Amino acid sequence: MTALVLIEAENGRIRQGSRSAVAAASRFGDVDALLLGKAGTEAASKLPGIRKVLHVPALDHALAEPAAALLASLAESYSHILSAASSTGKNILPRLAGLLDAQPISDVVAIKDDATFVRPIYAGNALATVQSSDSIKIMTVRSSSFDPVEEEGGSAPIDVLDAPADDGKSSFVKLEQSQSDRPELEVARVVISGGKGLKDASNFHTLLEPVADKLGAAIGASRAAVDSGFAPNEMQVGQTGKVVAPELYIATGLSGAIQHLAGMKDSRVIVAINIDPEAPIFKVADYGMVGDLFELLPALEKAL
Amino acid sequence: MKVLVPVKRVVDYNIKPRVAADGSGVETQGVKMSMNPFDEIALEEALRLREKGQADEVVAVTIGAQVAQDVLRTAMAMGADRAILIQTDAEVEPRAVSSLLKAVVEKEQPGLVSMGKQAIDDDMNATGQMLAARLGWPQGTFASKVEIADGRVEVAREVDGGTETVSLSLPAVITADLRLNEPRYASLPNIMKARKKPLETIEAGSLGVDLTPHLKIVSVAEPPERKAGVIVETVEELVEKLKTEAKVI
Repeated sequence: MTALVLIEAENGRIRQGSRSAVAAASRFGDVDALLLGKAGTEAASKLPGIRKVLHVPALDHALAEPAAALLASLAESYSHILSAASSTGKNILPRLAGLLDAQPISDVVAIKDDATFVRPIYAGNALATVQSSDSIKIMTVRSSSFDPVEEEGGSAPIDVLDAPADDGKSSFVKLEQSQSDRPELEVARVVISGGKGLKDASNFHTLLEPVADKLGAAIGASRAAVDSGFAPNEMQVGQTGKVVAPELYIATGLSGAIQHLAGMKDSRVIVAINIDPEAPIFKVADYGMVGDLFELLPALEKAL
Repeated sequence: MKVLVPVKRVVDYNIKPRVAADGSGVETQGVKMSMNPFDEIALEEALRLREKGQADEVVAVTIGAQVAQDVLRTAMAMGADRAILIQTDAEVEPRAVSSLLKAVVEKEQPGLVSMGKQAIDDDMNATGQMLAARLGWPQGTFASKVEIADGRVEVAREVDGGTETVSLSLPAVITADLRLNEPRYASLPNIMKARKKPLETIEAGSLGVDLTPHLKIVSVAEPPERKAGVIVETVEELVEKLKTEAKVI
């Protein structure tokens, strides 16, 4: 059996989620990688355990329409087609499944055998074991559930492919990147998150950033904080945002709604700081502090 | 332009789901059911397009048993003009749902399909993309802004690390993300009015679609529980424990 992994490059490196998907794919047999766009060719060929890299430089913005069409034209040679459960993977792979009349398997967290997988449902409140009868299995995998392959060690040959003809139905307009010197939420070793208890957007900066700076942490937010306009949506941790599993997760001023817990409960160590001793977040926290975060966060920053 | 809004009846998002004792799934008997929250956002967007004069009709559609009519009545109370129930008692997965919706699209000929990015029960995030693929239409997934002009739609999409804007020809499929809008509540007079709006029922079997699941649910289990830890009194104590006990900093 051979698997194909749609990989994503960023700043000349292969994203961690893609490297986790390669690790997952290696359970099925040989692994080929598909890279869209001009960047990241060298990094892709250095990934360990890759048979060959299929490179489509013309598909720079990875639009779903041409990307899925291209994948469909390659699909016959593969038993499994995977990607990270990233916004790119979730955009393209289900479209591919539609073209192939297959049922995609989203957010895989465990592989039981070549056709049997585990995935969370109901915002992580239940885990479903599912078995696919499709001849080509199409799946996105959660990066927090598979240790990524190293960035270097391989030297796979590169096949350059042409993009499918452009039908003009979709075009890229622009990408506005959020500016940040911090680690990406999904790969950070430490995450500190704020909820509605932060009271406004400026407190996200003045209270969370100094602690995050000391710890080299990414900053997250609860859905309630995002909905209140305290933080942008890309900072949202939870079932409707990002799923993270850092070494250390510090939850401040958030109660621990079901949908938030789904996005962080697999963190190795959880710290909760909240004024309400009854907040559900304390039920999952390894270390809890009851008190006013407007005093505790500056004190924590000093103590670090 | 007509806008078709597929909606799904799911366990209400405020309810903590319970795994059935026999591991066959999640309990839905006697549990409060509601319209999938992402579908409410998709419907709201369709209603706003109509209010701006860019759409002239909003049609809600759902797939399910007779009881699924209640989410269609909710959709019409929010403002949808009429509704279609594709009736089946079978459990349908996105593969079958997208096929059924394709049949509805072919019959209704909408200029836009506006739907939620995912349902909060199976969390699959697939039906919109699959429907677009089957129709050969472009897709604007995880939409946070939708603007229609000159026969095209510009969609700002929530992507990892920022916002991507794409331009799509119409007809197209859009899937709604959280920040697209804040859905309205149905007022009591509108709930009354919705009872008189047309609701058409189509037997799923009459659409010639294979509903057999390709993904079989073998079992459903509770996730492993995390145990509550200890309460610390001072930040110094916290830092000390993180350093020496948990060894994470």
